[in-house]
Amino acid sequence: MTANPGRPAPAEPLLQVSGLRVDYGIGADAVHAVVDADLELHRGEVLGLAGESGSGKSTLAYAITRLLRAPGVITGGDVLFRPAPGDTVDLLTADEDGLRVLRWSQISVVMQSAMNALNPVLSIGAQLTDVLQAHEPDMGPARRKERAAELLGLVGITADRLSSYPHELSGGMRQRVMIAMALALQPHIVIMDEPTTALDVVTQREILEELSTLREQLGFAVLFITHDLSLLIEIADSIAVMYAGRLVERARASALFRAPRHPYTLGLLSSFPPLHGPHRQLAGIPGSPPDLRQLPAGCVFHPRCPYVMERCRTDTPPLREPAGGHGRQVACWLHEGSVLVPPDLARPEPGAAASPTPTPAPAVTRSRP
Amino acid sequence: MRVISRRIAFYILTAVAAVTVDFFIPRVMPGNPVDAVLANMQGTVVTQSTRRALELQFGSGTTEGLWGQYIHFWANILHGDLGVSTSNGMASVTSVIRGALPWTLGLVGTATVISFGLGTLLGVLVAWRRGSWLDQLLPVTTFFQAAPYFFLAFLAVDLFATKLGWFPPSRAYGQLDFPGFNWTYISDVLDHALLPALTIVVASAAGWIVGMRNVMITTMDEDYVLIAQAKGLPRRRVIWYAARNAILPSVSGLSLAIGFVVSGALLTEIVFSYPGLGFLMLSAVGQSDFALLQGIFLVITLAVLAANLAADFVYVFLDPRVRQEA
Amino acid sequence: MAIGITEDRGGTPVTDPALAVAATAARRGRGMRLPRSAKVLTGLGMLLFFLVLAIVGPSLAPDNPAASAVTNVALPQPPSAAHWLGTTQQQQDVLSQLLTGGRSTILVAFVAGLVATAISIGVGVTAGYTGGRTDDLLSMLANFFLVMPALPLLIVIFGFLPRSGGSNDLLIGLIIAITGWAWGARVLRVQTLSLRNRDYVESARLIGERGWRIIGFEILPNLIPIIASSFLFTVLYGVGTYTALAFLALVNPNHWSWGGMLFYAQVSNAEVSGYWWWFIPPGLAVALMGTSLALLNFGIDEFINPRLRAAGLSRRRAKKAGQAVPPRRFVLGVTPVLRPSGPARVRSLP
Repeated sequence: MTANPGRPAPAEPLLQVSGLRVDYGIGADAVHAVVDADLELHRGEVLGLAGESGSGKSTLAYAITRLLRAPGVITGGDVLFRPAPGDTVDLLTADEDGLRVLRWSQISVVMQSAMNALNPVLSIGAQLTDVLQAHEPDMGPARRKERAAELLGLVGITADRLSSYPHELSGGMRQRVMIAMALALQPHIVIMDEPTTALDVVTQREILEELSTLREQLGFAVLFITHDLSLLIEIADSIAVMYAGRLVERARASALFRAPRHPYTLGLLSSFPPLHGPHRQLAGIPGSPPDLRQLPAGCVFHPRCPYVMERCRTDTPPLREPAGGHGRQVACWLHEGSVLVPPDLARPEPGAAASPTPTPAPAVTRSRP
Repeated sequence: MRVISRRIAFYILTAVAAVTVDFFIPRVMPGNPVDAVLANMQGTVVTQSTRRALELQFGSGTTEGLWGQYIHFWANILHGDLGVSTSNGMASVTSVIRGALPWTLGLVGTATVISFGLGTLLGVLVAWRRGSWLDQLLPVTTFFQAAPYFFLAFLAVDLFATKLGWFPPSRAYGQLDFPGFNWTYISDVLDHALLPALTIVVASAAGWIVGMRNVMITTMDEDYVLIAQAKGLPRRRVIWYAARNAILPSVSGLSLAIGFVVSGALLTEIVFSYPGLGFLMLSAVGQSDFALLQGIFLVITLAVLAANLAADFVYVFLDPRVRQEA
Repeated sequence: MAIGITEDRGGTPVTDPALAVAATAARRGRGMRLPRSAKVLTGLGMLLFFLVLAIVGPSLAPDNPAASAVTNVALPQPPSAAHWLGTTQQQQDVLSQLLTGGRSTILVAFVAGLVATAISIGVGVTAGYTGGRTDDLLSMLANFFLVMPALPLLIVIFGFLPRSGGSNDLLIGLIIAITGWAWGARVLRVQTLSLRNRDYVESARLIGERGWRIIGFEILPNLIPIIASSFLFTVLYGVGTYTALAFLALVNPNHWSWGGMLFYAQVSNAEVSGYWWWFIPPGLAVALMGTSLALLNFGIDEFINPRLRAAGLSRRRAKKAGQAVPPRRFVLGVTPVLRPSGPARVRSLP
């Protein structure tokens, strides 16, 4: 159940998103839900996508697979999917038939509410076998039923449930069925949109554990979307943090938790108490997320940032590697140039030696907006 | 199956209420229907038993209390006795209705089934291909829905029967035919039934189209439809998944609409002089044949209730969520 | 009556961006109350026209609708300079009849609509709010009236009614209303039920506000679009039903109405003989009036359910803004990719 902090990322990412822009609506009324998003998902890895409601994380995920509903429109960027060496699929230029072939067999989706994601008038068995029917035409009905029973077994549900209807199952069971459904064709990537948010903590834990086991068995990569950063501690290999449609930090999971670089990430980490360790004051983040239709100028986070500077109010920081950071990115002016980095945002990388630059004297000015 | 038994209980209750309403109407209306009927029958011999029968029917001038009349009314109905029809030579109302019922059932039944089927299919299509030229169909169908059935019937007659001469303008079959299971007769019946059926279908399909379209559009927004797309299922299957859910409110609405369709069909019959219950009802009104009027009302109401019950059965069959009552 | 009328699942989530876009569009003055689509404007225009007609129609009529022109002709005359819409068999001016007949049709329909809506609010909201036994009883009552086929019932009622009773417009409207309130009541009941469980209503109850005030201030305002839709629907029903009754001569045929005109037309076999000017104008008038109501209803439907509005992808606007034009219709599951026109963005991929 532990992540692997030391494993180096392979050269070619399985899924590569560059500069993705997604709007809702067109023209003057368009709301920019995702701006200049860069993501990489490697084979067999779990990438956590974290952010508040309205940060654009679900929009990003659905846009990647072209499943975004109207009035969503993709207005820029690239999404490249590399299922095998030398085989590259541009998801943004694929047409409906092309998408249909690789949907579910290469990339599948698990949604937040299984009650809504399962068709209420069809039996569970029918919803498991329909993908088999569509993607594996050579499978006979008997074999399909066998496979459906196998899939249910994977998630710990007995085969007699094949003839049940979604409303006859408990919330946890429905979610498990969704996961089983998502794995039916053994895809390379499973996109999970807040799969445990609607469940109680006990069931949440069970499902996450089952997920880990399944990952070890089948080796698929996961794009795990959640607003609960604490969940990602357990399961993610890397994490990307989103705020108001922009990625503000990307790092390996352990690096993010032990040494956050962006003030927003720091705020998120301070918002939930650890079960062990010394008591400390919960900080939270003052203010509330911005209205996407009226974003602040410059850095979108600046009105709520405890370390805001003049530059933050006018210029948008790009997502870049900070000084001394390996394989991580942050979009913050604090890490550009010769500004003194606050100690909370300058903790040493896990596993790295102490930073050669001497830390400045304490008493960093904190200006409140 | 508690759901079904609750529905059946409701329908039985409604049927009882309908009979009761039927019983009370002539009694609460101002005026004395018996005298009106008798006035209409001048020239025929009015026996004492006829007069008695009429009084029983309408409840005037009898010595029996209201409750007693009610019991008698029920007794008669359960025996299939709906009184005598003064406008049909004192033949029993039951026999008169029996003559007209098959025509109405055939016409209305077929037309409704076609209209529902066509309407829901078109509704699904318009919803799926939203934004295409099909959206222009909607105001057109609205017009046809708003136009009274009999006006459309007029237009149909004027255009197809009188001007183009393609179809006969009235009646159920030519006057020279002998009813029977021979091809000439059957083809003539179909020939005569086409215009009235077409009128009913055109007038009522609009409701289904718009209704189904609206529900489909909302259904297509559901997560399970998105998942169906995400699964890479063929388009037809995705539409089926959505439509299979969207049809549920339509089936519910079917029950509601049966009443309207029946009303419209009756009017269409009148324009086409089609010998069904509608036509019969009108002549009954014209000749103050109240017994026949009462009888037809009862039969129509019971038929609509039966159709409603059938629609409810279909709904339970289609929606697994209502099969168990927690 | 059918089972399975789904209860309202409550409001849509606030974070739904599609609705946020629709809300923006609405707030930017593109229809504070009703979406200003072509459908709604046409419907509104047509309805206003008919309302005006109802008021001034009889005064505009060139002739007395009952007056027969003095000629030797025994057949209806086609339109001519003297009679713009021709004459009936009795040489009466069709145009005058049309203009005069509008008033009673519209009056009866609106009376029916008002009374039926009032009853449906009373029954529906009470049933939804009170619950329990009262709800069961009232629901049963509504269901009863729903299954009862309206027109046969009305035919029987008017058939038994002496002819004099059939000439009072208000009475006719009232009787028609009795058959037409049930559907609205059922819809309002479902909505009231769902509103009753909302937090702000609960809190009002806990504070101790009286039922009347809660219904009046918290619940009714949210029901207004549905009430409006129900009203229009019932008026539409009233128009159709009254015309049908007049067509069957169940209401005093001397009282001019469009249905009555159709009755006389049918009696003289106008459709078989091709006297189109006699039956098309009244029928068309009824159809058009009904269409206007239905179009308005479309608008209200779209207001209640924003998803029914056209999604915010306007091709015209995109073209004007010089941006890539979206596909004509949005295909579910294939999010469009519209790159802005201009120099291609070169990204170097690792």
